[in-house]
Amino acid sequence: MSKTTQKVDEVVIRFAGDSGDGMQLTGGRFTETTAIVGNDLSTLPDFPAEIRAPAGSLAGVSAFQIKFSSKEIHTPGDEPDILVAMNPAALKVHQKELPPGGTIICNANAFSPKNLKLAGYESNPLEDGTLDDYYTVYSIEMGKIVARACEDMELPSKTVDRTKNFFALGLLYWIYDRPVQPTKDWLTVKFGKRPELVEANIRAMDVGYNYGETTEIFTTRYQVDKASLPSGTYRNVVGNYALSLGLAAAAEKSGLGLFYGGYPITPASDILHTLSAWKHLGIKTFQAEDEIAGIGSAIGAAFAGNLGITATSGPGIALKGEALGLAIIAELPLVVVNVQRGGPSTGLPTKTEQSDLMQAMYGRNGEAPMPIIASATPGDCFYVAYEACRIAVKYMTPVMLLTDGYLANGSEPWQVPQMDELIPFDVKFADKDQIVDGQFMPYLRQKDTLARPWAIPGIEGLEHRIGGIEKEDVTGNVSYDPENHHHMVETRAKKVEMIAKEFGPTEIFGDDNGDLLILSWGGTKGSCRSAAEVLQAEGQRVSHLHLRWVNPLPHDLGEILIKFKNVLIPEINFGQLIKIIRAEYLVDAKGLNQVRGKPISSSDIQQAVKDLIG
Amino acid sequence: MSETSVKTLTRADFSSDQSVRWCPGCGDYAILAQTQKVFPELGVAKENFVFISGIGCSSRFPYYMNTYGFHTIHGRAPAIASGVKLSNPDLSVWVVTGDGDGLSIGGNHTIHLLRRNLDINVMLFNNRIYGLTKGQYSPTSEVGKVTKSTPMGSLDRPFNPLTLAMGANSSFVARTIDRETKHMQEMIKRAHGHKGTSFLEIYQNCNIFNDGAYASLTDKETKSDSVLWLDNGKPMIFGKEMKKGIRLDGNTPIIVEIGDKWSIDDVLVHNESDYVIASLLSNLTYNTDFPDPIGVLYAIDPPTYEDMMVEQINHAMDKKGKVSVQDILNAGDTWVVG
Repeated sequence: MSKTTQKVDEVVIRFAGDSGDGMQLTGGRFTETTAIVGNDLSTLPDFPAEIRAPAGSLAGVSAFQIKFSSKEIHTPGDEPDILVAMNPAALKVHQKELPPGGTIICNANAFSPKNLKLAGYESNPLEDGTLDDYYTVYSIEMGKIVARACEDMELPSKTVDRTKNFFALGLLYWIYDRPVQPTKDWLTVKFGKRPELVEANIRAMDVGYNYGETTEIFTTRYQVDKASLPSGTYRNVVGNYALSLGLAAAAEKSGLGLFYGGYPITPASDILHTLSAWKHLGIKTFQAEDEIAGIGSAIGAAFAGNLGITATSGPGIALKGEALGLAIIAELPLVVVNVQRGGPSTGLPTKTEQSDLMQAMYGRNGEAPMPIIASATPGDCFYVAYEACRIAVKYMTPVMLLTDGYLANGSEPWQVPQMDELIPFDVKFADKDQIVDGQFMPYLRQKDTLARPWAIPGIEGLEHRIGGIEKEDVTGNVSYDPENHHHMVETRAKKVEMIAKEFGPTEIFGDDNGDLLILSWGGTKGSCRSAAEVLQAEGQRVSHLHLRWVNPLPHDLGEILIKFKNVLIPEINFGQLIKIIRAEYLVDAKGLNQVRGKPISSSDIQQAVKDLIG
Repeated sequence: MSETSVKTLTRADFSSDQSVRWCPGCGDYAILAQTQKVFPELGVAKENFVFISGIGCSSRFPYYMNTYGFHTIHGRAPAIASGVKLSNPDLSVWVVTGDGDGLSIGGNHTIHLLRRNLDINVMLFNNRIYGLTKGQYSPTSEVGKVTKSTPMGSLDRPFNPLTLAMGANSSFVARTIDRETKHMQEMIKRAHGHKGTSFLEIYQNCNIFNDGAYASLTDKETKSDSVLWLDNGKPMIFGKEMKKGIRLDGNTPIIVEIGDKWSIDDVLVHNESDYVIASLLSNLTYNTDFPDPIGVLYAIDPPTYEDMMVEQINHAMDKKGKVSVQDILNAGDTWVVG
């Protein structure tokens, strides 16, 4: 029969299944292939905290959403167009987000009485007609089909059954007209030592592809043209990987040794894993006994002249608080990454949130300001990591780098950065020239940055002592003098403020005045930008401003804010940046606050704007 | 460590210009003096010494040494010292800590430093009391200690630092006493000479809050019966006439009189590389029937963490050849637009 091809601009697919169904892997492969095809894309993995929640349970559902488009996009999409549900629990959890008119592809073999009961279904939704009024449902016996495809291979039936995700992948490759070869190549490398697994998965993918091609069920394939991205070489990149690359780039560019001290924690551990695999770059990683030792070792490394890094998530930052104060008063360069997750306490370890901004700003004893930079997209993690390192060293201060679970595990096409195009990063350690009258002054500051000299052990004549007790300015001696303490507190704050002169004029998406300004920081940038694009296209006088640095704030921000009748600050928290903005500029900003463990949708932001300006 | 260009240093070279602020009569003065005396003999350039401390009376130590120093936060000195050593293995890194800093708030870091075996020297000043916070009991205070926080006596059983060090798989475990200046010098030299983490407990008198904690080990009358001086390869004898010896009765240590029934050959001979002997000795500490062992209990030479780390890095570099960050950026599936 004839098949038609329909052109569409963008598609959102959500793969959902049991933790053991390989949904993250399936999503990852679809993403890589989609990147190679040349679409713009954005992904959102969503997995449970449990390594193996009971099979078939609602708690064990793992999902991966990808939006891809022939146009530039900023988010992984709000609602899916097509939901791949590998079992009843996946359908149960995700069906409510599939808008009417959407498509469901199910593995019918997983809809057993036991699994239906685990998911809380009283009858089989694939058979009782409840879905048919709203959705196009494709119920396919994936398990049986892959079993038949591999029946001559004498593999255990469990092993064969595990290939059904590749059936689904193959089918989607057919529907969206993507090549299967890159995935075949990947399988060959991945399971190189077990050719029977390569073979089984390839067979599963091929029968999935052919199922679309030959059966009469599917009549339409969709074509999403290449996106017109700026010219250059691209790759797909995940946030934590980009961040690790940014740290490595900073080390190489500055010539500093990179020392990473950390303790495993979701969703930051991949940074430790990635850097640990780069020993050939000379990178030193140290899995410490706890979060405190993680930052402690990084501070020690900084004292000894390395680029000291630690990464964690909110609970880890809570433990590192005292050590952060030490780095601040000792005025040592340090980069502390917080891959934010749902809190408080253990909270939602695998879900995203932006709720540690106040902790970053104020979560220490005493007057302890530190610069805060936040990544906006997975690929941006590279640039903010590089910038955080550069600023830390230039100003001799710890820098807090905020990302979140969505950025850390999400991905996007990424124009490959060129090392020689990065901002220069030069380092000068203190030397004997800085000895005045036979005395080295460890707190004698540079005028333009207020940075003190970085005098590392091993240099003759610069022996000196630093520590957590208040220092006398210039000499660095212990001082309890009231005037000196006031002066030092002021100086440390001034130093952080001075970083703002590194920023160019603040960029505004849209007019520099209007009815409403959407103000964002961190991972909500994409949703805010999408919302602003839609609203502007509708003729609304709405602009978008995204903050890369949250501390210090740009000098021109106050003047910009007063040119808008309304300011809306969407955050995945209960209002944190908004408190800073209101306090700093006395602007009656309004918040859009959701903490549901996932990005705020662009449509929710559009609605909030309309609620404010009508 | 570069020892070729070491100038002839003196004790004065290691004294900083900061006035020492311990209480008059504190045992810490003696430890500082012995350290400053011994350091010129270690053959290390002054700029290669780094002192790291936490919080407590002992932790003020770095301010008084004219070397690189970092007075950090409570209990965390081993972690910070680890970062220093791993970043620059050429440095001679010293941790100065106390029974509260190193065994209570920082106990976790201490045991992990010991098991990792970085070439760091730990001097733990044990005065069995919290001095800086003005006299609360510590993890090494004896049961029933009456202090401000335990007016009816402390309830918890004390730590034995050397037993803890043995349990943490330490490669060098030793003890000295603040009053025994020559012995202390010798122990500091041994600790420095040991390649790996050396754990040196120093019995230190706090004359304000716990005066006389080690009186039986330092008073002339009681000293000879209370101290067991350890000497590698030598029998474990003590007492005024050196006529008492320690021997094993099955698995149980007993004290024997050398004379008619027992000869010196029946006495246990110290062997620094014997884990069982070292463990047995460490456990004599709170046993009032036995003398307290002073000296090197245990010394073995497993590879250090930093040597193995550097070896892994070198191996990875040899195997993968010269790779730049740009190479990694360019790797993987890429595509060209426009």
